[in-house]
Amino acid sequence: MDTSFISQSLPLFAKATWLTLVLSFFGVVFSIVVGTFCAIINFYKIPVLRRIVYAYIEVARNTPLIVQLFFLYYALPRLGMVLDGKTCAVVGLTFLGGAYMAEAIRSGLQSVGRTQIETGMSLGFGKIKLMRYIIIPQALAVALPVISATTIFLMKETSVVSIVALHDLLYVAKDLLKEGHALQSNLMLVVCYLILILPVSLGFSYLERRSRFAGFGA
Amino acid sequence: MLDSVHNALFAGENFRRLMEGLGLTLWISFLSVVLSIALGIPAGLLMSSKNKFLRGFFRLYLEFIRVMPILVLLFFFYYTLSRYSAINLSPFFVSVMVFTMWGVAEMADLVRAAVTSIPAHQRESGRALGLSELQINFLIILPQAIRRLLPGVINLTTRMIKTTPFVFFINMVDLFKVGQQIVEVSGMRDRMASVWVYGFIFILFFVICYPISLFSRYLENKYQSA
Repeated sequence: MDTSFISQSLPLFAKATWLTLVLSFFGVVFSIVVGTFCAIINFYKIPVLRRIVYAYIEVARNTPLIVQLFFLYYALPRLGMVLDGKTCAVVGLTFLGGAYMAEAIRSGLQSVGRTQIETGMSLGFGKIKLMRYIIIPQALAVALPVISATTIFLMKETSVVSIVALHDLLYVAKDLLKEGHALQSNLMLVVCYLILILPVSLGFSYLERRSRFAGFGA
Repeated sequence: MLDSVHNALFAGENFRRLMEGLGLTLWISFLSVVLSIALGIPAGLLMSSKNKFLRGFFRLYLEFIRVMPILVLLFFFYYTLSRYSAINLSPFFVSVMVFTMWGVAEMADLVRAAVTSIPAHQRESGRALGLSELQINFLIILPQAIRRLLPGVINLTTRMIKTTPFVFFINMVDLFKVGQQIVEVSGMRDRMASVWVYGFIFILFFVICYPISLFSRYLENKYQSA
């Protein structure tokens, strides 16, 4: 293989990997924030808001990210809202990811048995303490595998952001392809994604093993 | 406004072309799902076998597919294979192949989970009755595993439908490409064209995927209460 190609293209790929990492980071963090809000609304069954959350989750989960991004980037400006590529990507990822995270957290909260909560109450735990010491530790163990799957899913979904004119890994690879380095650039593409996602995947499986408290979340 | 909607979606051949694009999207998903089920069941049975080598191989394959974005796989197979092999692969073939590769991995894992959930005495009873391994799998294990499999398979179908827009990246004229072409042409006359076209595509996906997800959830609840 041509080594000069790799040394030349490495900075491009490194920059694009960094972009993907930044987008994924913000996308995932905001998704968790949005998801937590939605899950709490569902958990406490807050009227009206609950309906809105349901509609949002269904819409976000049943449409592809690429459609959402197209709409954000090409249609919203016509309605008077101009977002740049990066904002679009993060907003799109958050819109999609928020719904998945909400479902993940909801399933965790729901798995905590009624008796656990009642026992806590009878021991004199307040709402906050109940959450902190009884609900969250058990809910997290159940929700973590889904949260990790969603995180990896979102990182993979960032591969479409070149349609909103961002110079991500796919964009770089496609550019180099035109110059006739198909195999090298595609291999670099695969390696970059492995470097990005494999550690996250391994890290989460370690966390999952650690969070399986004895008897719970099994 | 109605005029503008009408022009963007129904003028000339627009609507027919959008539907053709949608047809292609659905056709690719349908073919991939069918192939994934056909190949995923034997793969899943192999994965739940005792052979360590086979299990390790499938595990590795599954992990790789799970970590790689589908788009990267599409790119890899479309641009590298067609350039370095004598066969010129059509984007349609590559799309179905990559979606099937992904589907087989997911399907195999679903089958493995469903099969291992069947109590061991079912298999042992089959052996005691003198059935062959093949007979045990197809007459005893799979019919029982299917109930547990169904929600996952339907879920996989919606995920496939939601992933097919990726074929747009390897130069296929799917729903998106058609939408883009329409916006390019009528967008010059009418600024709102992109809102209607992309909005329409958005709604189209929702209308297709939402009932399927509801059905999957219904089956899941039914299974749990049974």
